[in-house]
Amino acid sequence: MNSVILQAGTRALSGLLLLFSVYMLLRGHNEPGGGFIGGLIGSTGFVLYAIACGTGDARRALRVLPQNIAVAGLGIALLAGIAAALFGDALFTGQWLFLGATETDKGLPLSTVLVFDIGVYLVVFGSVLTLVFAMEEEI
Amino acid sequence: MSETAAQAKGNGLVGLAPVGLAAGLFVWFLGFLPAVSAGEVLRLQWDWVPSLGISLSFLVDGLSLTFALLISGIGALVFLYSNTYLAGHPQFARFALFLAGFMLSMLGLVLADNLIALFVFWELTTITSYLLIGFGHETYKGRRSALQALFVTGAGALALLAGFILLGMVAGSFELSVILAQGDALKAHALYLPILILILAGTFTKSAQFPFHFWLPNAMAAPTPVSAFLHSATMVKAGVYLMARLHPGFAGTDVWMWTLTIAGGFTAVFASVLALRQSDLKQALAYTTLMALGTLTLFLGQESGYAMTAFATFLIVHSLYKAGLFLVVGCIDHGTGTREADILGGLARAMPFTALAAALASLSMAGFPPFLGFIGKELLYAGALEAGSGPALVVGALVIANALMLAVAGVVAFRPFWRPAGGAMPHTPHEAPWQMLAGPVILAVLGVVFGVFPALLQDTLIAPTVASLLGSAEDAKDLKLWAGVNMPLILSIATVALGLAIYLGHVRLRAALARAELAAPNFDNGWDRFLEGLKGLAAWQTRVLQSGELRIYILVTFLTVLVGLGGTMLARDALPGLPDMSSVTWKNLALAVLIMAGAVMAALTGSRITAMASLGVVGIGVAMIFIVFGAPDVAITQLLVETLVVVLVAVALLRLPALDPAGTRDWRPRDALLGLAVGAVVTLTLLAVLEVPMDRRLTDYFEVTSWPEAFGRNIVNVILVDFRALDTFGEIAVVVIAALAAYALLRTTDQGPTGRSSRTRKGEDAS
Repeated sequence: MNSVILQAGTRALSGLLLLFSVYMLLRGHNEPGGGFIGGLIGSTGFVLYAIACGTGDARRALRVLPQNIAVAGLGIALLAGIAAALFGDALFTGQWLFLGATETDKGLPLSTVLVFDIGVYLVVFGSVLTLVFAMEEEI
Repeated sequence: MSETAAQAKGNGLVGLAPVGLAAGLFVWFLGFLPAVSAGEVLRLQWDWVPSLGISLSFLVDGLSLTFALLISGIGALVFLYSNTYLAGHPQFARFALFLAGFMLSMLGLVLADNLIALFVFWELTTITSYLLIGFGHETYKGRRSALQALFVTGAGALALLAGFILLGMVAGSFELSVILAQGDALKAHALYLPILILILAGTFTKSAQFPFHFWLPNAMAAPTPVSAFLHSATMVKAGVYLMARLHPGFAGTDVWMWTLTIAGGFTAVFASVLALRQSDLKQALAYTTLMALGTLTLFLGQESGYAMTAFATFLIVHSLYKAGLFLVVGCIDHGTGTREADILGGLARAMPFTALAAALASLSMAGFPPFLGFIGKELLYAGALEAGSGPALVVGALVIANALMLAVAGVVAFRPFWRPAGGAMPHTPHEAPWQMLAGPVILAVLGVVFGVFPALLQDTLIAPTVASLLGSAEDAKDLKLWAGVNMPLILSIATVALGLAIYLGHVRLRAALARAELAAPNFDNGWDRFLEGLKGLAAWQTRVLQSGELRIYILVTFLTVLVGLGGTMLARDALPGLPDMSSVTWKNLALAVLIMAGAVMAALTGSRITAMASLGVVGIGVAMIFIVFGAPDVAITQLLVETLVVVLVAVALLRLPALDPAGTRDWRPRDALLGLAVGAVVTLTLLAVLEVPMDRRLTDYFEVTSWPEAFGRNIVNVILVDFRALDTFGEIAVVVIAALAAYALLRTTDQGPTGRSSRTRKGEDAS
């Protein structure tokens, strides 16, 4: 599609969508959001880019093959699940670390659950883009 | 030919390592003899899947030690033999790996004390046997035989697994030693019969009892050392082993006794008649193996001391002479290039050591004194006379089978060596090298040694085996060459006379049998027809269900929903009443109208893009319902998915031609009716679901534990990534697989190696 307005708007919008998707991913444990929603929002950023500027540009902007991102995400989610075994728990049991926790403040919570959610994000993001790019290019 | 040069080279370490392994195991197992013959039962155990009560436990008693010694001892000789038999074969390493894998699986099978572990080893022997039968996979016959053996024994194994699980549930443990210690409780249980049937389905297929016998003669497509090891001395006895192992817990009922007697007895007679029919030496031996398996099964049906002693003795006798004879046939094949009984003759001069081994082994098989085979046969008759299930029947079956055995022994091991040749052999006979002679000679000589000194076996293996079966070594009878003039001796003499008569007339008998075989139903062809039928059925149901047309798929899916849900609701009289409409607000109504308008528009429009957008309206309406009822996560997801779907489908649809080609109305009453009906049924179902009060147990649990245990306030997300993380992992794996599969389908245009482009095909479809 050759629309200057759409292209100009897209440059700003897809960056914002990506940023927003990370925000949704990170807040997901306590507020509406999470890896699945984050991945969908992130992918719409690139889908918009592909529609406005063509899949060639979108692929170049992404730098990595989307299917590699999806598979990497699956691997990250698996590692997050296996990590529990290192602590002697059943697979996929969440492991938590409260960085700098004090009596009153619980500090910065880090967990394998978050790593797992990042894996979900990458899987959804990569899979959607794999499909959309392939359809745009092949059909 | 460079055959001898290749043999001199051998197979190096790959060829010798398994020999060392098997010999080492044999010596190691010999070390158990003093303890086991003193009546001890040794047990080893590791936890495997403790949460399911499955452990890797091993049991060494008389029965399992007898089997372990046979497996490792004959294994060592077979490995030595095949190292030369297949010298220089390009795939020898693979062969050695399969065979060694088989030996270890078989050892695991006979030593396992846990039903599940036993089953795993059982299946491992099935798979290694499949690979070994199919070793000559270039030939159709090799592949077919391998698959047939795999299917028959594999199907039996499935039944066996079901039987094991039932047995484990009934007994409350998967440990054999625990199960068998429960005594008569098992026999009295209501599930005894189903368990018995399932387990016997497994053992009968594995041990090739009639009517599952047909795979065994075909399995002779395997290299001869494999036939000697798997399909005579060890694997086919796995079924017999299992029946023996379960004997203390299962035997004693009429069902057990008669099933085993009839199946075993019939197999024995039937197989020995067919053995005489064969002109290929290896095939003839294959059928005599069936006879032996039938006899062993027959005796496991009994409970007397004589029967059990006969079982234990015949087990050893048969393994010794049959493995020996198979190896002899391999030597003949190797030395002359043929296994046809009608051609072979006069080999004694050219192959003296082979002839010696053949003579000793076949005399044991025919049951002449002073061979162990004679003692075995005497005990068989003694046991048969005490049989609980019609002694006359059992004795009669045995006399016929044994007489035929004698005749077959003559055909296999006497004629080729001592009678003049019946035709020209492919090449001049020559003696096999010592590595190939070691096996048959040692096994055949052992048959004499144990025959002359039966005491060597009596307390070391026979008595402990009987103790495993009957619980006490006291029940074991003495192995004696001369037991005085008694009924078994008279039967033996009758057997010899009958056997000699059959041997003298065997050429004419074989011709008659060949004619009779043509008239009789052929199980092997039946198998082919069965497979063809199965494939036909699969093809038919694929044609019906997988038409390849999207409209038909959706039609079938919707019809299934309609009939399944609607039919159930009508049949159960579960139609819901009218819902309470008082709580419906104008907001809900507006949304409902929006969704319905979108749906109607999508159905009526003549433009694809309008249809897509209308469906988008439906999706967004649903998302808004989620917002109204407080599920923001689901609403966001729904919105995003809806957006992406519109984009994806629009990309595809916009490249297709318009829905309504110039002026034709696309009126499809059938689809409209189906759509309305499905909508109605789903609505009714939802109403019916809402009539049931909601079960809040899970909801409450998640609400209570989400924050304290999983440190998250967003319950939906906590469930996704923590409580049910394993489910989510499965789901994202599916997402990746689906994306990659779709990608592979879409990308067929670029990398076609033949230049066959699917783009043109698509273009043709579109135009």
